[in-house]
Amino acid sequence: MSGARTEVLARVRAALGQTGSGTTPSGKVGTAPHPEPVPRAYRAAGEHAVGSPEVLEQLVDRLVDYKAHVHQVATDALPATVAALVAELSGPARDVPGARPDRPVRVVVPDGLDDAWLAALPADVDVVRDSRERPLAATELDAVAAVVTAARVAISETGTIVLDGEPDQGRRAISLVPDVHLCVVRADQVVQTVPEAVRLLGEHPDRPLTWISGPSATSDIELDRVEGVHGPRTLHVLLVG
Amino acid sequence: MSRTFLGLPRTLRRPDDAGADQPFGPVPHPQEPLRWGDDFPAAAKQTLKNDQLRRNLGHATQVIRTKRAAVVGEVPDWEALRDAGSAVKQQVMAQLPDLLQQLEENVVARGGVVHWARDAAEANRIVADIAKAKGADEVVKVKSMATQEIGLNEALADEGIAAIETDLAELIVQLADDMPSHILVPAIHRNRSEIRDIFLARMGDAPPDLSDVPRELAMAARAHLRRKFLSAKVAVSGANFAVADTGTLAVVESEGNGRMCLTLPETLVTVMGIEKLVPTFDDLEVFLQLLPRSSTGERMNPYTSMWSGVTPGDGPQEFHLVLLDNGRTDVLADEVGRSALHCIRCSACLNVCPVYERVGGHAYGSVYPGPIGAILTPQLTASTGGVSGHHDPNASLPYASTLCGACYEACPVKIDIPSILVDLRAREVDADRSSRGVDPWKTAMKAASWVMADGDRFALAGRAATLGSGLGGRDHAVSVAPPPASAWTKARDLPAPPQQTFRQWWQAEHENEEGAR
Repeated sequence: MSGARTEVLARVRAALGQTGSGTTPSGKVGTAPHPEPVPRAYRAAGEHAVGSPEVLEQLVDRLVDYKAHVHQVATDALPATVAALVAELSGPARDVPGARPDRPVRVVVPDGLDDAWLAALPADVDVVRDSRERPLAATELDAVAAVVTAARVAISETGTIVLDGEPDQGRRAISLVPDVHLCVVRADQVVQTVPEAVRLLGEHPDRPLTWISGPSATSDIELDRVEGVHGPRTLHVLLVG
Repeated sequence: MSRTFLGLPRTLRRPDDAGADQPFGPVPHPQEPLRWGDDFPAAAKQTLKNDQLRRNLGHATQVIRTKRAAVVGEVPDWEALRDAGSAVKQQVMAQLPDLLQQLEENVVARGGVVHWARDAAEANRIVADIAKAKGADEVVKVKSMATQEIGLNEALADEGIAAIETDLAELIVQLADDMPSHILVPAIHRNRSEIRDIFLARMGDAPPDLSDVPRELAMAARAHLRRKFLSAKVAVSGANFAVADTGTLAVVESEGNGRMCLTLPETLVTVMGIEKLVPTFDDLEVFLQLLPRSSTGERMNPYTSMWSGVTPGDGPQEFHLVLLDNGRTDVLADEVGRSALHCIRCSACLNVCPVYERVGGHAYGSVYPGPIGAILTPQLTASTGGVSGHHDPNASLPYASTLCGACYEACPVKIDIPSILVDLRAREVDADRSSRGVDPWKTAMKAASWVMADGDRFALAGRAATLGSGLGGRDHAVSVAPPPASAWTKARDLPAPPQQTFRQWWQAEHENEEGAR
């Protein structure tokens, strides 16, 4: 193993013309490259401020384009909206695993989620809490109708929401296995460009990140886009404030 | 006949030629994923006979070209992003030894295990040993070019481990026992009704009344794979990017199969070419803008996962990273060709290539088809004759191009594919020159220069050529000529010579004018 490490590194050095490193497998010794400095003339930030009406409008437009459902709500109306969306899940027409008319709807939430968001849920909704310390098994998550999470940052130009696994967003599995994802995004979390989001996420690069742009999709059949494959087939974005 | 005389290499047949007449596989799986079937001219001749393939491809590439153009057009700083992407990749190559060690250090510091593999066999051995140590007889896979390149699925099968492809297109290819034909959409050569037939015949649990509506087909795949995801112990992935300064790996995908594999199993093995690095986390801001718009023509792909080592309580608790050479250092040693390693596997060059659009991916005889494949495959196989090998089909790949330059225009990291193609052609010619006694190309050039050096000799030659004016058909083209010209007409028409030369025409037109000769 360490033999392979030493040899691959020696080959790389030989390819770059560093003498005394032997040759590459085809017997070559390359030349030292002279790379140009990286020109960073691209936009480091957008022209619109974080959370401005312009970026919110753009985010909504992009999300709708990807067939996500967007609900713009005031902070105090959030619990009622969450409750209404969860109530939809119990309808018999919904093709949702775990949603059976004879059983209560089960919703999973990360254990750091703001309890106030769930305050209006009907009493017969079964709320399950998940954490790194007490994780649900994948098969248990498969029997859950929906997940409610917060988010870390959203990018308006690309219609992207990023989760970073903090306690209000939870383990990666909980926003993946359930078929419906309710994701709460605060207006002040919405930036315009990718670089703005990357700089923010770079503050904690060790956190597991999930970038979500609409529900799962495939274009593998004749490049015809079909929304909803293995990840949640329905994405509700609740844009607050 | 010399290949250089034609500008196209001659036909070489290989024993593992695919049975292309079957509605779908089995296609004999090649011993070498980077070298299978005929050389390009012969393979292209075969695939060009397949009208269905050409229709499927023509439709698909046109759709994606339109989508890409629209989303690239709305980015005001697209060219600045391309410049940055290209320069970052140059920096990566120049600092590769340091960056690789930095990546290793950071992955290990965050609980991962790093392995190094000189070649495909070594990488396959590492993955198989990990799967066996976990007692797994089945692994789920995220679509990955690196694992295609090393033939991992076949190697695992030899060890009694089933590798299950979970990307929809890869699943279609795997069920059909076929080979991929596109970097991004491996089943691009299949239309919806072919896919339905494959599912019904091979999936086992496809609903019998399955229609050919893409949504229904996707739902059948979802149901088929769901149980696999929930029970898998080991997953294998590739990587789109690895960040040296944080040890972060990134996988870009659409369907959620990637997230399933990267999140649910206890053990994750990622196989990655040593060139896939970026120096810093911030560099992702460039590539996460360039890649999705160039590949699927979306502003952003539905899902991107990033992880650094192991996160206690979240996702795989055991993470292995396999750093793969497999010919890459030979590419890196080439001053001109090394920029082929900048490739981020978006496949934009395939979608804009007039040659790829007509012949399809299988004609390239490699898991890397299209313009990027034409420069990458020969170089990756350089140590076994891929660039200069006299009888190596890979040495024919640099001719699989019209040099129109569309690939260079589309490339998000500005790889100058046409220049590398020309360089590789020159090297193939040079290798050939030294290996032959009489070079017909040189002889013909010498003769031509003698003729053209003298006005009278040139006029005489012109008049002699008009004798062939009767050879052309109604379209004034010669499609079948006697040898040695047959070597030319095998691949393209020869315009029939005109009935008079320009000099003769001029003389006739200006007969009565003063000064006319």
